[in-house]
Amino acid sequence: MRHLLSAKDLSREEAVAILDTAATMAATQQREIKKLPPLRGKTVVNLFFEDSTRTRISFEAAAKRLSADVINFSAKGSSVSKGESLKDTAQTLQAMGADGVIIRHPASGAPFRLATSGWIDTPVINAGDGKHQHPTQALLDAYTMRRNLRGDDAIGSDLGGVRVLVVGDVLHSRVARSNVDLLHTLGATVTLVSPPTLLPVGVERWPCAVSYDLDGAIAQGADAIMMLRVQRERMSAAGGGFFPSPQEYSRKFGLDRNRLAALGPDALVMHPGPMNRGLEISAEAADSAQAVILEQVTNGVAVRMAVLYMLLGGSEGATGGTA
Amino acid sequence: MTSGTPARSATERVVLDSSDIARALTRIAHEIIERNNGSAGLVLLGIPTRGADLARRLGERVLQADGRDDPAETLVGTLDITLHRDDLRRHPVRPIEPTTIPASGIDDKVVVLVDDVLFSGRTVRAALDAISDVGRPRAIQLAVLVDRGHRELPIRADYVGKNLPTAAAEHVRVRLAEVDGVDEVAIGRSTGEES
Repeated sequence: MRHLLSAKDLSREEAVAILDTAATMAATQQREIKKLPPLRGKTVVNLFFEDSTRTRISFEAAAKRLSADVINFSAKGSSVSKGESLKDTAQTLQAMGADGVIIRHPASGAPFRLATSGWIDTPVINAGDGKHQHPTQALLDAYTMRRNLRGDDAIGSDLGGVRVLVVGDVLHSRVARSNVDLLHTLGATVTLVSPPTLLPVGVERWPCAVSYDLDGAIAQGADAIMMLRVQRERMSAAGGGFFPSPQEYSRKFGLDRNRLAALGPDALVMHPGPMNRGLEISAEAADSAQAVILEQVTNGVAVRMAVLYMLLGGSEGATGGTA
Repeated sequence: MTSGTPARSATERVVLDSSDIARALTRIAHEIIERNNGSAGLVLLGIPTRGADLARRLGERVLQADGRDDPAETLVGTLDITLHRDDLRRHPVRPIEPTTIPASGIDDKVVVLVDDVLFSGRTVRAALDAISDVGRPRAIQLAVLVDRGHRELPIRADYVGKNLPTAAAEHVRVRLAEVDGVDEVAIGRSTGEES
């Protein structure tokens, strides 16, 4: 494993190894002294061509806890707004001595291009590209599920038999794509629940079931429900033709009090954030005892520490070693 | 690594058998108690993999010899040193082992580090760093089953099962029932692999 570009690239063994490493990283974050030395002297660049606060801060915290130096590069007000290409930006960063690049880009496939074009020779971590992939989000979701559903037996285990509902705007969601790939690899059963207009072409070939009926899907039982954000910024107007009105979306696909009760108290309520309270998730559901939304944020740092350690912690060019 | 039959090459020589190891551990347990005037305020931290098993065995003996019937977990923990190694970037990524600290913590305790073989001293140096991330013990002591010499750092052990003079090219294999299915220490010509 040299880069982390897509959740689809991970084998079951690699994914479990990352989750296990994340568990040991999480344990160190309970201590008074949270900083660890393995990436001392390494420089990690956060290359963000798209606005993101949570993911950038999470990666930054993870890299700093491992003693790496972090350079934040955001496209706004930078050379990119003067017309610099991805290639020139990346090579400039390499020339400054970057040992790893974390990239978020509005174009699907940009991290893959960066990793495989020969422009730079550092590990590349995809922090979200267009509507394509967001692998560390899928890893932190899987970690959160495994920790809560498997408890003390979590180390070494996958998510075999776990039933997950992914609800909402699948069309625009790289979180949904990454999660379907990774959860399938880990043995979980995934059902996408969405209005037909918010499902991408070709979804029938994804390794998951599809439903248009949230109440029906909940009635069949679920161990975790993941509410996707309605991505207003990717739609033209409110709704934007994908659904008649926010009210109707909320009534048919929002997680409200009744649906929370129907899920039962043991099902995990998850959301990748930021939440549209009152649209895809009610305040009651978001603040309920079974919501693990803040824990997802905490686990995000541990999972990203694990990924950074596994990609940058060993010798240059050393492959494998994840088993 | 999980197989029950040890892979012993023809050139290997067993220097400690199972009863030798048991006697050495019993002696070390008594030395620990004697030197620290009992087992109160003591924490044994083993370095995975085999140091952790040795620490558990030592802990049981210490508790028994001091007439306590507390469970071993109150006295014994494990300490991962992987993240503190000075050779991390010379090797492929190493998996991290769990660190478990007894519930009472290590602040103001006497910590006895336990490992199987003391060689260059670099593992112990990493362990000292790892300990300072977890807390501030009153003192740190070092117990090893085998001291084979060839130190590269100014580090020595407080409790030694056996001093084993070796050539640098030789390798020392500690095998424990918990991991290898048998208790023994063997010495042989190096085949490139090093413990």
